[in-house]
Amino acid sequence: MQPHKLPELVCPAGSLPALRAAVDHGADAVYFGYKNDTNARNFAGLNFDHKAMVEGIRYAHAKGKRVLMAINTFPQPGREADWHAAVDGAADLGADAVILADVGLLDYASRKHPQLRLHLSVQGSATSYEAVNFAQREFGVQRAVLPRVLTLAQVEQVIKNTTVEIEVFGFGSLCVMNEGRCWLSSYATGESPNTVGACSPAKFVKWEKARGQMSTRLNGILIDRYGDSEAAGYPTLCKGRFEVGGATYYALEEPTSLNVLEILPDIVKIGVAAIKVEGRQRSPTYVAQVTRTLRAALDELGRDIAHFAVKPAWQAELAKVSEGVQATLGAYNRPWR
Amino acid sequence: MTASASRSFTIPRFKLPGFVAAIGGRMPQWPHALALSTALNAAIKMKLLPQDSLELLEGRRFLVDVLDTGGHACFTYRGGIFRPLFMRIDAVDLAAFDLVFSANLSAFLQLIARQEDPDTLFFNRELSIEGDTELGLVVKNMLDAIDWPKLPHLPGFASSSH
Ligand code: SF4
Repeated sequence: MQPHKLPELVCPAGSLPALRAAVDHGADAVYFGYKNDTNARNFAGLNFDHKAMVEGIRYAHAKGKRVLMAINTFPQPGREADWHAAVDGAADLGADAVILADVGLLDYASRKHPQLRLHLSVQGSATSYEAVNFAQREFGVQRAVLPRVLTLAQVEQVIKNTTVEIEVFGFGSLCVMNEGRCWLSSYATGESPNTVGACSPAKFVKWEKARGQMSTRLNGILIDRYGDSEAAGYPTLCKGRFEVGGATYYALEEPTSLNVLEILPDIVKIGVAAIKVEGRQRSPTYVAQVTRTLRAALDELGRDIAHFAVKPAWQAELAKVSEGVQATLGAYNRPWR
Repeated sequence: MTASASRSFTIPRFKLPGFVAAIGGRMPQWPHALALSTALNAAIKMKLLPQDSLELLEGRRFLVDVLDTGGHACFTYRGGIFRPLFMRIDAVDLAAFDLVFSANLSAFLQLIARQEDPDTLFFNRELSIEGDTELGLVVKNMLDAIDWPKLPHLPGFASSSH
């Protein structure tokens, strides 16, 4: 049997300590963003200023790891210069690649910095090999991150029909529609990931505690109500419980986390180039916990793919840090097409 | 790398019995606030807290409520330093604070030691955040970004190849 190339493990960093945690616990690459709305995790106090970026890149490169800069929101009218400056900054700093979603920005980057490696962000919403190949032909994109809506068979289909490297999500909170197409947050608050870089911005969120229960409101809209022992989730509309036709339930999506450990051998066999961990908004502790677990699993797989078995300790570690009560394989194993 | 040293110590999840809170609630509370403020001010001196985040805390009132010890720490940030707020705890009114963190002692210790992630504790309902959610995020991200001279290194599962 021919040996399989292990996918690159790409881990999130919302701060310098998180970046170090990723590098120290076995990431092959880390991704981060500026402290502004040029990236989709624009949360108060999160992300990197110039000084932190310089240090982060130095630290990762010294250990032979790559650094990818996410500039994955859509430039807002009249402010395109901010996004261009972010791309220029990435090139100046020596980032190994930029992760972009907007075609205008891809065009700018490919012309201005022909040497800069381009990755197509999940926000770019390329779900077919035609879309991926288009990005390659027009902008020289070298890697595409596939949205979390494809089955494994569909991912394989894309890989078979392109020379662009394919990256998929391996672990993290699920945002089913966050593939550049979800406007639920805008509906409730007027702000969404694509426009301000944050879904359900914190200034609209209220957690209200009362005896025996906690209510979550987004801009006044009741999203969910939890009993004291019930697990909570992020305050997004997609994960709320609503009254529909007389019944109250998760009308859109249950708060779950994606976890691909079980199908890791298949992911490797079909030739996925990289596995991404979600969670730049999480702490260095989370990054360390998830990174070391996936590293251990990938290394195990590298030793002997035929006898790979998921260790209970790995699942326990990942289950603990998960949002919601369950982890799923997401769309990867869904019967629908 | 000496993984063995860091492998030794983990804080278990525990909850102190109810009578501790009953006693703790009657003790003077300002020493907690004083200790916390002193620690945070030390972090400022060491330039571990980013100025842009600190500015967002100006004049805001915080309450840290340790449920199972009955301990409270009330403090504010004004003019570049954290200051304890002296108030009678039986008169504490949640509405008087911009931000309230409450959890059992074990959860706070796990947070401080970076053994658990705040979102994890939040999802599992071991940590609650009330008041101004955005301010809560600023504080959480500020604490996460503190670049301690030496971070605890989590033990790996495999015999460390990294
Ligand atoms: S509302 Fe849900 S699906 Fe939409 S962007 Fe936010 S997290 Fe994603």
